[in-house]
Amino acid sequence: MMKAPKVAFFDFTCCEGCQLQVANLGEELLELLKFLDLVEFRETMSERWDGIYDIAIIEGSITTPHDVERIKRIRQRSKTLIAYGSCATIGGVNGMKNAFDLEEILRYVYGEGARFFTTLPTRPVHEVVPVEYFVHGCPVYQPEFLEVLKCALLGIPYHVPDVAVCVECKFNENVCFYERGLTCLGPITRAGCNSWCINNGNICYGCRGMVSNPNERGFLEVLERYGVRVEFLVRRMDMYNACRILKGAGKGHGEEHTR
Amino acid sequence: MGKSIRVDVEYLTRVEGHGNIVVDVRDGTLRECRLEIIESPRFFEGMLRGRSIFEAQHITSRICGICACAHSLASIQAAEEAIGFVPSEQTVKLRKFLLDIEILDSHVLHIYFLVAPDLFGAKSFVPLVETHNAVVRRALRLKKTCNDVCDILVGRHVHPISCTVGGFTKLPRPGDLEKMRSLLLGMIPDLEATVDLVRGFRFPEFERETEYVALVSDDDEYPLLMGDIGSTDGVRLPKKDYRKITNEFVVPHSTAKHTHLSRDSYMVGALARLNLNYPKLHPRAKEIADLFGMHRKVTNPYLNTVAQLVECFHCLYHAVGIVEEFLERGLDYNEEIVVGLNEKQRIPVRAGSGVGAVEAPRGTLYHHYEVDDHGRIVHANCVIPTGQNLRNIEYDMRKLVPEILDRSEEEIQLALEMLVRAYDPCISCSTHFLNVTFVGRENPKGS
Repeated sequence: MMKAPKVAFFDFTCCEGCQLQVANLGEELLELLKFLDLVEFRETMSERWDGIYDIAIIEGSITTPHDVERIKRIRQRSKTLIAYGSCATIGGVNGMKNAFDLEEILRYVYGEGARFFTTLPTRPVHEVVPVEYFVHGCPVYQPEFLEVLKCALLGIPYHVPDVAVCVECKFNENVCFYERGLTCLGPITRAGCNSWCINNGNICYGCRGMVSNPNERGFLEVLERYGVRVEFLVRRMDMYNACRILKGAGKGHGEEHTR
Repeated sequence: MGKSIRVDVEYLTRVEGHGNIVVDVRDGTLRECRLEIIESPRFFEGMLRGRSIFEAQHITSRICGICACAHSLASIQAAEEAIGFVPSEQTVKLRKFLLDIEILDSHVLHIYFLVAPDLFGAKSFVPLVETHNAVVRRALRLKKTCNDVCDILVGRHVHPISCTVGGFTKLPRPGDLEKMRSLLLGMIPDLEATVDLVRGFRFPEFERETEYVALVSDDDEYPLLMGDIGSTDGVRLPKKDYRKITNEFVVPHSTAKHTHLSRDSYMVGALARLNLNYPKLHPRAKEIADLFGMHRKVTNPYLNTVAQLVECFHCLYHAVGIVEEFLERGLDYNEEIVVGLNEKQRIPVRAGSGVGAVEAPRGTLYHHYEVDDHGRIVHANCVIPTGQNLRNIEYDMRKLVPEILDRSEEEIQLALEMLVRAYDPCISCSTHFLNVTFVGRENPKGS
């Protein structure tokens, strides 16, 4: 039998909930461990590995100079890199800080301790080093993670669904939130989560990032039909997608927050 | 000639988050002892400003993947108080149920994955797959079951979906209640087996009395979701006065702040809760506590792990009680509420200030928001349990190190790592770093 590939998890700026999704696999995890050699997983392991990683799974955004150095070192030692969870793939909630003056937000949170810290604008992993696979979601959806991991182990590509969450939502027979008088980011957000939030009665917050080619005209018509201002929706999108929305844009946080 | 050691454990593993222990002993004298936090700052409190109060739960849940439900519940409590919304009795009961499962889940993770390897002499759970397969399987089963219950109630454990300001966006159907009940009851044999496991552990002997802080109440229920803040030194204050409890202050050797109440430091978490509220535990949990001699005040911080085991029983039986009550009288499905971002003003909003204080698995967690009359957050503050414990851990280390100086560096290092892990520190939670000590350091690592 082939030697088991060396797999490691690394966390950067994040809540570590996506790593926890692995522990949450239950006894299935033991099946998985038969096919790989888990060499580092700091949240639950003390072991270290000083060789080459066949697969490095990266959780979290890059937000400090230390993060930048560290991810570059890990990249040099890794054959395959998987960006794991929204913080790593699109910047996620960490991106919200990019809308603020970083000096100001440091002082607000740390007061006189602010001088101990340096912070950079939040970046997803692929804006710092090349990434081979993406597992979107806050948190990641376990079936998709297992699918991506299988592809990575086999060395074949994984294609992130590039259709709207609405596609899966329709299959799940949910009543559209627009029909219920609420807005939802499903129409412009990448599918692949099986419309997890909407199935549970909540709206889509756009955690998987936007589809690459959103049907802008169609969506504008939807917004017009239901009397929703575009700015209102943009303001909602920046919860997860600020890194993309604010890229190249100046600072500013003064948009309207109420519809 | 006295002994000189320097322990520098970078990237303390098997805690959630990033921590460093630094101990400096020269010629038999402890010069320095500290727990550094090198988690990258995340600025949640700063980012919340300007956002809708109806987004607060969703965002602050992301502070921590391990106790996402506790953050959600503290956030919702603060938000509802700020805008003057009073949740229904049914909602409050279901929230208590959710917190029970959260604590159970987190304690199982801590006991099995973070503490047990030390006591088996293993580096992690991975070698245990070979050597103690049945134990690992039991751990994964327990963890998965908590997760499955959360899936039913709130969509998922990591970042709950249906538990929001106003109530629940989806309520469990009778079949769901049955399923949750049977899942929970199914955990009992595994939990009983956990008692045998923990009885087999030899916890280090170490005593240091400190002040213990947790929620307290006047009724008979073990307070986790609601209550005043109390301490074993006789302090009792309403939650709105939480700042008088956490008392962040500047230490002479640092511009970074620590917390204290009546003494140099205080402890929060399972052990603190037991020390304050033992009489209110479920009878079976009390029996477990008695088995370990925990019916009286416990001052060995390593036994926090045992206190967690006791709480596993309490939370399990308490949750079963709630589910059975709803199975009997049914749920009112008219209470299902989809607020979204409150676009249609389904919930009236007013300007105000609110404090949420809940017992997260690791101790008392505070969220505090001020909102304007449009429901926009103008000020936010979160005080997390680990932050409150950091100073207490350092005081423990300062007492412990001189007591074990005759041991090898490896043994000292392990004893210290085990001490820190006993507190179950959740450093990814450290929304701010006001409690970190930086001695003689211009620019700490990781910043």
